[in-house]
Amino acid sequence: MAETDQTLKKTPLAEAHQQLGGKMVPFGGWFMPVQYSGLVDEHTTVRTKVGLFDVSHMGEVRIQGEDALAFTNYLTVNNVTKLEDDQAHYSAFCTPEGTVVDDLLVYREAADNFLLVINAANIEKDVAWIRKNQGNFKVTITNESDDTAQIAIQGPLAQGILQRVCDADLSEMKYYWFKRCKVGPVSALVSRTGYTGEDGFECYVAAADAVAVWRLLLETGAEEGIKPAGLGARDSLRLEARMHLYGNDMDETTTVLEAGLGWIVKTKNTDDFIGKAAIVAQKKAGVERKLVGFRLLGRGIARPDCAVIEDGIAVGRVTSGTQGPTLKQSIGMAYVPTHLSRPGTTLQIQIRNKLVDAEVVKGPFYKRA
Amino acid sequence: MYSEKHLYSKEHEWIEVDGDTAKIGITHHAQEQLGDIVYVDLPELDSEFVAGDEFGSVESVKAVAEVFMPVDGEILAVNEQLEETPETVNQDPHAGGWLVKVKLTNTAQLEGLMSHADYAKFVSEESN
Repeated sequence: MAETDQTLKKTPLAEAHQQLGGKMVPFGGWFMPVQYSGLVDEHTTVRTKVGLFDVSHMGEVRIQGEDALAFTNYLTVNNVTKLEDDQAHYSAFCTPEGTVVDDLLVYREAADNFLLVINAANIEKDVAWIRKNQGNFKVTITNESDDTAQIAIQGPLAQGILQRVCDADLSEMKYYWFKRCKVGPVSALVSRTGYTGEDGFECYVAAADAVAVWRLLLETGAEEGIKPAGLGARDSLRLEARMHLYGNDMDETTTVLEAGLGWIVKTKNTDDFIGKAAIVAQKKAGVERKLVGFRLLGRGIARPDCAVIEDGIAVGRVTSGTQGPTLKQSIGMAYVPTHLSRPGTTLQIQIRNKLVDAEVVKGPFYKRA
Repeated sequence: MYSEKHLYSKEHEWIEVDGDTAKIGITHHAQEQLGDIVYVDLPELDSEFVAGDEFGSVESVKAVAEVFMPVDGEILAVNEQLEETPETVNQDPHAGGWLVKVKLTNTAQLEGLMSHADYAKFVSEESN
């Protein structure tokens, strides 16, 4: 682990994590806390109370100018014309073949000003992709990733704690809406979004303000038992909520439809976007494989790259898998041939030297009450 | 932290010898590296292993670690409580979190293992 410090990128909070006893690991080129008090404890704290995540490694790209709306709509598969000011949505960049370059959040600040929030490991690739596709669109493209920190406060107590230090009325803020406001003395963009399956907010602030906001939120939530949470809990939380992880559950070898993200692709009454023709054709023809959620019926944990077996032959692969700390069940996602994708189907998964049965299940594994 | 009663392997298993039988588990260091343990996979009774064989696995939410036999042995018992409470391996790795009890078939191999002092040194060198 000694080589990590030199070559990895650090968020403005790296020192704060180490002071808090965070166990630091390399993740997608970043030096990040995988856990503090322990993955299950952090996971449970987010489900029952509130946790604080440093997600400053995520990338932010701003698209501005008279064609900002048209260009963002061309780049991404969701319908950007439906967004109002201060509203965001989940979307993806696709290749002309309909495979996934990245998944992202699109924030509309104004008709000529959009913020795209992208995955940390894809920042360089995505920025190059955006620039390559600019064509004649009149926009300026700014990579704000290094100057922007992102802190997520997640859990049922998140609103109450954040409200004490935030001048926006959070009770008025609906899911996937946002406001420019103050957190303590700091200018922030606060959105009601997250990657945990709980209620919560994501606060975008200048990198220089990250430590102040991080400390303020930890102090403000101290009585309610707020805890810093690491990437380990972030992963188990998102998987229980059945949210996709780019690089595991989809990438440039899987189409957006195979990945089960058809719901973010708007092909009717929309302008052209990259990948549209291919996706329309794939919708018509149907897909040969699908990403499904499963729960293991036997004992064990199916890890990424475990094979899905049918009649002795590998026909699919697991992309994410864990023991869900809240569900107390072994769950995961896998690509399987379409005829094995119906909920209720029994799959066989090769876990090391054993074949373990799993059941295809529909929808999120965990849904908050 | 590392009991004097135990001998240790480079794969971070401990072994507690009692005549020609022994209990085997993973060390405090190993459980700490893994984090919250949620699943332990243990072998069938009577199965026979030689030193270096994988005899089971210990899994946390995030990772899986295979466990290896430090010596040749035949499985006499497995810690069945770990099926319900795998977290015992985190909480009490050197006693209540034992994994298997074996009949030793080659006691001479014990000489190749580390003392608690050597193991503590090994861990500190490995993590530097």
